[in-house]
Amino acid sequence: MAVLVIADHSNDALSDSTNKTVTAAAKFGGDIDVLVAGEGAASAAAEAAKIDGVRKVLHVEGAPLKKQLAEAMEALILPLMDGYDALFVPATTMGKNVAPRIAAKLDVMQLSDVIDVQGQDTFVRPIYAGNAIMTVTSSDAKKVVTVRGTAFDAAGTANSAPVEQVSGDFGPGKSQFVSEEMTESDRPELTAAKRIVSGGRALGSDEEFQKIIEPLADKLGAAVGASRAAVDAGYAPNDYQVGQTGKIVAPELYVAVGISGAIQHLAGMKDSKIIVAINKDEEAPIFQVADYGLVADLFNAVPELIEAL
Amino acid sequence: MKVLVPVKRVIDYNVKPRVKADQTGVDLTNVKMSMNPFDEISVEEAVRMKEAGSATEIIAVSIGPQQATETLRTALAMGADRGILVKTDDDAEPLAVAKILEKIVGEEGPDLVILGKQAIDDDSNQTGQMLAALLGWPQGTFASEVKAEDGKLHVTREVDGGLQTVALDGPAIVTTDLRLNEPRYASLPNIMKAKKKPIDEKAPADYGVDLAPRLTVVKVTEPPVREAGEKVEDVPTLIEKLKSVGAL
Repeated sequence: MAVLVIADHSNDALSDSTNKTVTAAAKFGGDIDVLVAGEGAASAAAEAAKIDGVRKVLHVEGAPLKKQLAEAMEALILPLMDGYDALFVPATTMGKNVAPRIAAKLDVMQLSDVIDVQGQDTFVRPIYAGNAIMTVTSSDAKKVVTVRGTAFDAAGTANSAPVEQVSGDFGPGKSQFVSEEMTESDRPELTAAKRIVSGGRALGSDEEFQKIIEPLADKLGAAVGASRAAVDAGYAPNDYQVGQTGKIVAPELYVAVGISGAIQHLAGMKDSKIIVAINKDEEAPIFQVADYGLVADLFNAVPELIEAL
Repeated sequence: MKVLVPVKRVIDYNVKPRVKADQTGVDLTNVKMSMNPFDEISVEEAVRMKEAGSATEIIAVSIGPQQATETLRTALAMGADRGILVKTDDDAEPLAVAKILEKIVGEEGPDLVILGKQAIDDDSNQTGQMLAALLGWPQGTFASEVKAEDGKLHVTREVDGGLQTVALDGPAIVTTDLRLNEPRYASLPNIMKAKKKPIDEKAPADYGVDLAPRLTVVKVTEPPVREAGEKVEDVPTLIEKLKSVGAL
């Protein structure tokens, strides 16, 4: 038995979701190899070699792999799968983009966003925005699994697995990277943050979002999130979005400010350890999941909170 | 340019799903069903392309029960030209759906297929990528902007940490994210007109695709219920509580 894990990384650094995916792969069993495909990705490969439980790291360099575009990744990974029984990929936008292409070419049904691995055929995954939890068995010869990071602890980093340089035939494909616009922030990344402050539609404008939410996040050393309503209204960029169609988070502390708590939002944050809700509508559904609810006008309560912290 | 838009009939976005007592699935009897919200965005994008003169014909496809005709009619009322219903009462998994769509692409020869990034029932987020792989086409997933430039399709994608733009050599697959557009409501005259637009009825067997599921459901259960906590009086009490549990 052997599992190939695809690393999510920025070439310079490995994403924490990779370590969590290794933990999920360990529950599947067998030898675990990690593929680091990128351009100038030696430091990400070195980080991957430290993950506990990893047999070896396959490091592939190539310009088309710099942004891990799906077409190049498919061409690289597909031939490698001859040597593996399963492919485990973090359910990040990279993983969601790449994994189904491999599954289709292997003629297997992918298991998306898996939250538990119960042996080699049985997997647990949320459906209907987390309103139902489905346990399924797969009859396919090889398994292709994307892993929801919040459901698994990150594997430790005391290993020193060998890094093997591998080459592959992966391009130039029919897609090219043109440009990117990344949100500049000194704050922790949402899915890895220990604390998150999220804002909703009640903020009323992007100015208020910045004036109210950001200083509270600064005070708490927290990442900033937003409800879909706030994103749709243009108060916050889409990559702040927490929920069914945004990011799934489970921090130690989640502070929901002016968020009513639609089921789609709850789907993205209800596994947080402690939830605080600040909302002036005491009937808001967010209070049904909040450990501590404060019924108050956020424009008074949040500045007071910032002052007192 | 011909555009193919697959649409799925799913539980309405505003309905809270209830798990069946026998744990075999989610209860859909007498539940309001609608077009998957991401598919509405796909239809809207195709219709805008047609209005802008870049698309010539829009074909909507649905794979599902007889009632999926209603979903197709919605697409036709929004502006699609004709529909194809691949009728089945079985749950088709994304892999099987992608295989049927591959065959339809072969027959219809579209230059672009626009799909929703995920369906809000099974939350798989697979079909578009699978179809792209089966066809050997490039893909622009989770799109927030699509435009033709220098003979290529430029797709801006919602990725972790921001936005990424890729250029695709057509024909191509696009999957839609929420911010791509705001779908229109069909007007009454257009709803009436849609009743006269043709819908072809097919079966999975017409495309030689086996729908036998690869995944077997063992059980479907309610998620663990999170108990509501307590309401606190004021900000100082909130801080005190958070300190007492070590959250601050």
